[in-house]
Amino acid sequence: MSTLDSTVAVGASALTRPVRVRLALAVGGFGALAVATCLLAPLVGSTTISLARVFDRSIPFSENVDAQIFFIARMPRVLAGAVTGATLAAAGVVFQAMLRNPLATPFTLGVSAGASLGAMTAIIFGTAIAVGPLSIVPLASLLGAGLAAAIVYWLATLRDRAMSTTVLLLAGVTLNAFFSALILFLQYLTNFAEVYRAMRWIMGDLDVGSFQPILAVLPLVAIAFAMFALLPSSLNLLSVGSDAAAARGVNVARTQRLAFVSASLATAAAVSLAGPIGFIGIIVPHLVRLLVGVDHRVVLPASALFGAAFLVACDVGSRTILAPLEVPVGVITALLGGPFFLWLLVRKG
Amino acid sequence: MAARPKGLTRLTLVVLLALAATGAAQQGAAAPKRIVSLVPALTEMLFAFGAGPQVVGVSSYDDFPPEVKSLPRVGALLDPDMERILSLRPDFVITYGSQTDVQTQLARAKIRAFSYRHAGLDSVLSTIRNLGTSVGRARESERLARDIQGRLDATRARVAKLRPLRTLLVFERDPASLRGVYASGGYGFMHDILGVAGGTDMFDDVSRESVQPSVETILARAPEVILEVRPMGVAKADIEKERHAWDALPSVPAVRNGRVYIATDEYLVVPGPRVAQAAEAIARILHPEAFR
Repeated sequence: MSTLDSTVAVGASALTRPVRVRLALAVGGFGALAVATCLLAPLVGSTTISLARVFDRSIPFSENVDAQIFFIARMPRVLAGAVTGATLAAAGVVFQAMLRNPLATPFTLGVSAGASLGAMTAIIFGTAIAVGPLSIVPLASLLGAGLAAAIVYWLATLRDRAMSTTVLLLAGVTLNAFFSALILFLQYLTNFAEVYRAMRWIMGDLDVGSFQPILAVLPLVAIAFAMFALLPSSLNLLSVGSDAAAARGVNVARTQRLAFVSASLATAAAVSLAGPIGFIGIIVPHLVRLLVGVDHRVVLPASALFGAAFLVACDVGSRTILAPLEVPVGVITALLGGPFFLWLLVRKG
Repeated sequence: MAARPKGLTRLTLVVLLALAATGAAQQGAAAPKRIVSLVPALTEMLFAFGAGPQVVGVSSYDDFPPEVKSLPRVGALLDPDMERILSLRPDFVITYGSQTDVQTQLARAKIRAFSYRHAGLDSVLSTIRNLGTSVGRARESERLARDIQGRLDATRARVAKLRPLRTLLVFERDPASLRGVYASGGYGFMHDILGVAGGTDMFDDVSRESVQPSVETILARAPEVILEVRPMGVAKADIEKERHAWDALPSVPAVRNGRVYIATDEYLVVPGPRVAQAAEAIARILHPEAFR
């Protein structure tokens, strides 16, 4: 850990404690919050279950409704929420730093629009095709996300080895619009049932119904987080400016590529699991920065943990507020996250 | 002083009567000769009570009865092609209730429009009667409505003594998974048909046409029968595979007792003259013992 990094981080933040202490405090605090949320969330739902019955070994699992609600409905859901929330929040942090733009989200560069286009195509044309135990929809959305990321990457590195953030942003915005147009066109051509399902997919949904869909994206998420682990110090310098970073020995082109690939991979995995759930990727990183400062060595892990807790908590709302109906979780993240974020912003100012 | 209001009243009465008379004359005289239908269920009704020869254009989703296949297509709910509709020189156009733009344009073109919205099973019968009257087939449509009512009553009577089965009626879900389930809620003609066929809708208490239940809700409400009615969602070859998607919820009585069914016949989901046939088909699925 170079002294240079610490200087930059401390210079930008009001906090003066050493980074190790701040990291420990943040990870401890947000980690405890995430663990508590994940432990409490499966206890709440649209129905009341008895924990004693859930763990009663004398009732065979195939007849134990409470155990099935707990292990088939709620646990996978909580886990899907934690994985998606952590991944989107961390990807948001990386995109914001890499693009040096506080408004960047995991969906800014067209990855989610590509994922949506893939999912739409599968929903509309690929009825009843399944790959092993998985539905074709997440797979197609993963492919769509990959396609979008590849196009943006190719455009941004066409002229120069170092990525131009302007080209990245413009290419991403254009690709978002272009894919959205294709999505609308597909929806226009198809019939109601599919349009409705496609719309519902876009609202985001964590009711995955088993652990399989989560296990399927976990390797991708693990790779993305392993790459994230290499980034924080370089991101600290990069967020000041690419020239300044280069002057201090950061391999800018390599860092940008690593950031782009890892954050795109994370976003693609999260979206293919739960649909494009909005607001997590922008609100959580900013909230965390307001609380712990701007050092990415602290912000990145803290955002991942807080993102997990936040989305799991939102999903508890989604399944209970209108039970037996559900409020799409993306609606809740926006309704809760927006005002809370504004309140923090005003209070801090 | 008193004479003037009296005179006015009389005048008003005369005018009203005259208007009513011309209205009636117009209605009586104008049994439409060229009908365009934008609603497949109502196209079926027209053919069922003998107004088929008057139909000159149908929606892009029409495929029953077979006669419609040779008729010009004029778009559908979201993309009605006004130019094609007008080019067919219709004197009566059947529209869906939400197509207010089409209705305004038709009014401007002085073409009679019939507006319709999906509702319960009762409304299928009342629509048959109203539509029949509007196109000059009052007697035939009345006969058809009574025939359908009779067949519905017969099905109801067959299963009347049997205990209604708590049924999850599924319209849509993602292939090979239990995500994105759309099920029947507490109203709509499919909900009513299920009632006639001896089932209780699992979401009777939710006053919506469709519900998107979570896995938890399905587990907790423990349906005795799961009936998927998915003419568009499932290819015949995949029915067996799709049935097994429910094996993920072994505690659900329908799954435990092998009472998961997937029906793919188109007519089951059309709120038209084949509703009695649909009710009987569903009753046979729910209560085969009543039809032995």
